[in-house]
Amino acid sequence: MTFPIRRSLSVAATLAALSLGAPSAFAQGKTLTLCWAAWDPANALVELSKDFTAKTKINMKFEFVPWPNFADRMLNELNSKGKLCDLMIGDSQWIGGSAENGHYVKLNDFFAKNNIKMSDFLPATVYAYSTWPKGSQNYYALPAMGDALGWTYRKDWFARPALRDEFRKKHNRDLAPPKTWTELKQVAEFFQGREIDGKKVYGAAIFTERGSEGITMGVTAAMYSWGLQYDDPKKPYSMAGFTNSKDAIEALDFYKSLYKCCTPPGYNNAYMQEGLDAFKSGQVAMQMNWFAFFPGLFKDEKVGGNRIGFFVNPRQKVAASTLGGQGISVVSYSPNRAEALEYIKWFAQADVQKKWWSLGGYSCHNAVLKDPGFAKTAPFAADFLEAMGGVKDFWQEPAYAQLLLAMQKRVHDFVVADKGTAKEAMDALVADWTKVFKEEGKIK
Amino acid sequence: MSRLDPVAQRAAAATPPVVAARLRGLSDRALAWLFIAPTMVLLLAINIFPLLWTIRLSFTNYRANRPNAAVLDIGLTHYRSILTDPDVWAAMQATAHFVFWTLLLQTLIGFFLAWLIDRKFRGHDFWTTVILIPMMLSPAVVGNFWVFLYQPQIGLFNYAVSFFTGIPPSSFEMLGSVRLAPWAIVIVDTWMWTPYVMLICLAGLRSIPDYIYEAAEVDRASKWRQFWGITLPMALPFIMLAVLFRGIENFKMFDMVNLLTNGGPGSTTEVASITLKREAFEKWRTGYSSAFAIILFVAVFGLANIYVKALNAVKNR
Amino acid sequence: MSTVAHSVVEPGARSKALAMAVVVLYALLTMVPLAWIVLTSLKSPPDSISYPPKVLFEPTLEGYCNLFTTRSRQTADYIASLPPPDDRCEAIARARNMVVAGPSNYAPRFVNSLIIAFGSTFVSVVLGTMAAYAFSRFRVPGKDDLLFFILSTRMMPPIAVAIPIFLMYRELGLSDTRLGMILLYSAINVSLAVWLMKGFIDEIPREYEEAALVDGYTRLQAFFKVVLPQATTGIVATAIFCLIFAWNEYAFAVLLTSGEAQTAPPFIPIIIGEGGQDWPAVAAGTTLFLLPILVFTVLLRRHLLRGITFGAVRK
Repeated sequence: MTFPIRRSLSVAATLAALSLGAPSAFAQGKTLTLCWAAWDPANALVELSKDFTAKTKINMKFEFVPWPNFADRMLNELNSKGKLCDLMIGDSQWIGGSAENGHYVKLNDFFAKNNIKMSDFLPATVYAYSTWPKGSQNYYALPAMGDALGWTYRKDWFARPALRDEFRKKHNRDLAPPKTWTELKQVAEFFQGREIDGKKVYGAAIFTERGSEGITMGVTAAMYSWGLQYDDPKKPYSMAGFTNSKDAIEALDFYKSLYKCCTPPGYNNAYMQEGLDAFKSGQVAMQMNWFAFFPGLFKDEKVGGNRIGFFVNPRQKVAASTLGGQGISVVSYSPNRAEALEYIKWFAQADVQKKWWSLGGYSCHNAVLKDPGFAKTAPFAADFLEAMGGVKDFWQEPAYAQLLLAMQKRVHDFVVADKGTAKEAMDALVADWTKVFKEEGKIK
Repeated sequence: MSRLDPVAQRAAAATPPVVAARLRGLSDRALAWLFIAPTMVLLLAINIFPLLWTIRLSFTNYRANRPNAAVLDIGLTHYRSILTDPDVWAAMQATAHFVFWTLLLQTLIGFFLAWLIDRKFRGHDFWTTVILIPMMLSPAVVGNFWVFLYQPQIGLFNYAVSFFTGIPPSSFEMLGSVRLAPWAIVIVDTWMWTPYVMLICLAGLRSIPDYIYEAAEVDRASKWRQFWGITLPMALPFIMLAVLFRGIENFKMFDMVNLLTNGGPGSTTEVASITLKREAFEKWRTGYSSAFAIILFVAVFGLANIYVKALNAVKNR
Repeated sequence: MSTVAHSVVEPGARSKALAMAVVVLYALLTMVPLAWIVLTSLKSPPDSISYPPKVLFEPTLEGYCNLFTTRSRQTADYIASLPPPDDRCEAIARARNMVVAGPSNYAPRFVNSLIIAFGSTFVSVVLGTMAAYAFSRFRVPGKDDLLFFILSTRMMPPIAVAIPIFLMYRELGLSDTRLGMILLYSAINVSLAVWLMKGFIDEIPREYEEAALVDGYTRLQAFFKVVLPQATTGIVATAIFCLIFAWNEYAFAVLLTSGEAQTAPPFIPIIIGEGGQDWPAVAAGTTLFLLPILVFTVLLRRHLLRGITFGAVRK
């Protein structure tokens, strides 16, 4: 009769062990995989997440893909219901498609249960990174990384007396970070082809990438400054006269003239990494790039510290910046949903968000951004706040990829391949987009 | 004569005929089907069934990224819009330019090399192997790497050209110029695949028996006449075969061009496969891209069919 | 005009020398880009993007280290506080104010390539040889049509085939699995294998098998004991072609695999360093990836060269 007794003893022991376990729903010792793009902030997140592992004993694995391939790879993953990613820091443009096709978990209930308030985050970031439909109260992501397009420049070159004199004689004003696109082109032309420290340098590194989204992000930086609105605010999806307005066409022409006059040779397919390369190797006086890279650039041995300065996207008719940034979401196909939600809960805490900013991640939390000392925490912090005050994003529709690809083609054809005029390019784009929206049923 | 196992030999000799007949095992018919079946099953599952599915999809508005959306039959809408889309024709033009020039260059250079190697100089085996190396690389990795080589400022190509011609290296961009980009991809493909054509032509040249040449010498035919009268005609089936294989492959070309130019600048080098990939896996217009795929397949199939008939005619003359 | 006696069809010594010169020149010219790749793999990242391009430089293993590791940038003080580095790669990273954070994904991708490429080659050669034997020796109804049909399966652009395969694999759970990729590559290669092997098997005289049959062997035994050994050259040549395709394949790999079953070709072009592409690491990845195929082909080159003479051509 020993057998049953032994068995019941072992059952009792197991029950006792289980009952002594953690009261929460998730299991320790599990591993979560977080998918993001491979760039500086991702490395900072690896560092930050060590805190999470220490607190919850859940291990973190990371899958980082470089930006030019990020969208393709991750959207493919989501569309094939892949189980690779438990957490996804997806681009803001994916929200529409991911929400409607069930890729992301809707987080409203979870937020309510765990006292995570969206009012703790900057409204612009909540709007852009979390909600679908836009501006509604449906949340599919927690704002994770605030970002916008900004500019860097060689402060040390701008400080050289000989150059300052020459510039002043030519343009009757000081050589300083430009406040308008017209000023920017003047400065770029000034530096183009000049010899500095024995090497030929060039004016500016701007986005011209064909494959994913590069040239669109660059061109819209100009267009937003000219006041571009995609459609009639009173009549959604009515784009004629708005997307191809005179201002938009003028901005596109201007961007092309900037590309032709003042960029390094061979710069016809350049995006973030190429811009960083050009700036860090001392090739260009100014560089357009995402704020996300500025902490790393500031720490750079060759061009950082005193040699680098930052300025917000110049205005022409309005002050506006291209929105970047991402929110963090839970993938609905993940087998580790409870653990993934734990990560979101941990990430939303104010002190974690403060540490995130200190490591180089752009927190969207009010505790960080609304702090009075924020502007002094880094030389680009004030510019970042200014940029986030006036950001505009590309379409976030489920069909955003088609809209983006159409713009990539039309704009690259015009700016780099010299096809047609700016007006023809934008008119063709409106036609392309109208076709897409008709297919989507958003226009009759 | 036969190299049969001596034990088996003795066993066979010792077995009475009746038993031997039964021991012959599976009949020829059964064996034939047993041997062919696995191949056919694999092809049916991975090639045919998907092809039929593609045809089915091409008549719908299905999108793979909207699995929950309603799927409608829309008949020939996709086919009509593809055949009337100027961007599609531009892509076909880029593809045609690519296929034509790569075939021409690879055939001329490949055959010429094969003819030289057929002189059988000392060490020709070694040098043949060396020439083969480029085609062992992954086309995607090659495309990626030639971006580096084609860079105006840090790349080797511009410097090499400048070394031989004196043009300053930064004055031209292979990948950024609308004029030069189509040639950039032709150059890389030729670099990679000329050895393949060379190999097949070499096989052809080696298959020509010596006695034909000897007879021609006896008839006092000049080397020139021998080449045009014997070498070229007898090697022609092989050359045509190489052109067929390379033609089919380059019509479908994706990897190398995608990584080299991404279809740019603009859409100058956007060959058909790149358009297809954008439609299918970036815009997720599954129905539309299925129709495009069927059109491409029919085009290649039709052309190959005609070509193979011509090839057979040449072989049998 | 040479006075040494030689066959009337053998080219003269001068003609041979000229041919050799041209061929050697071509070989060296086409090797230049490849040599540049290998050189780049031994440069440091700043050297690799210097302008003008450097031919003389100080070689380093940094490219190979970067290929196999992931690194994170730390402050100089933190670096100074660490114990001395325990291997070469760590030392190189520290010199750039970075520490090695862990292994990169290259090695697993390389292993995936090995498994998938060799696995699918094995399957397609086995299946192809069997089918080729049947087509060659037996009367199969509709043989010519079946053979053209088999060839036609190669005519679809890979992207086109990828669309339904993507959907099919999603339903069957074969997305991002090694089995799925092996099946796919086998199916693509089997057509080439059937055509090549049929050419080779056609060359083998039927008398050998007939003799075996007369001696009491079954067809099956004749196949294994007589035909296969004779077809070894053909099998090797076919295997090399199938392997080259499966090893270097990119389009399907990038569309149908992700973390688990991804092979090296989709991985190598996206190796980035702190700025743009880490060219020494990319070059290192390329060089290492070329090696297995190179070794395989060089060892078996005699079979390959002989094989081309038969298989690729006879239909």
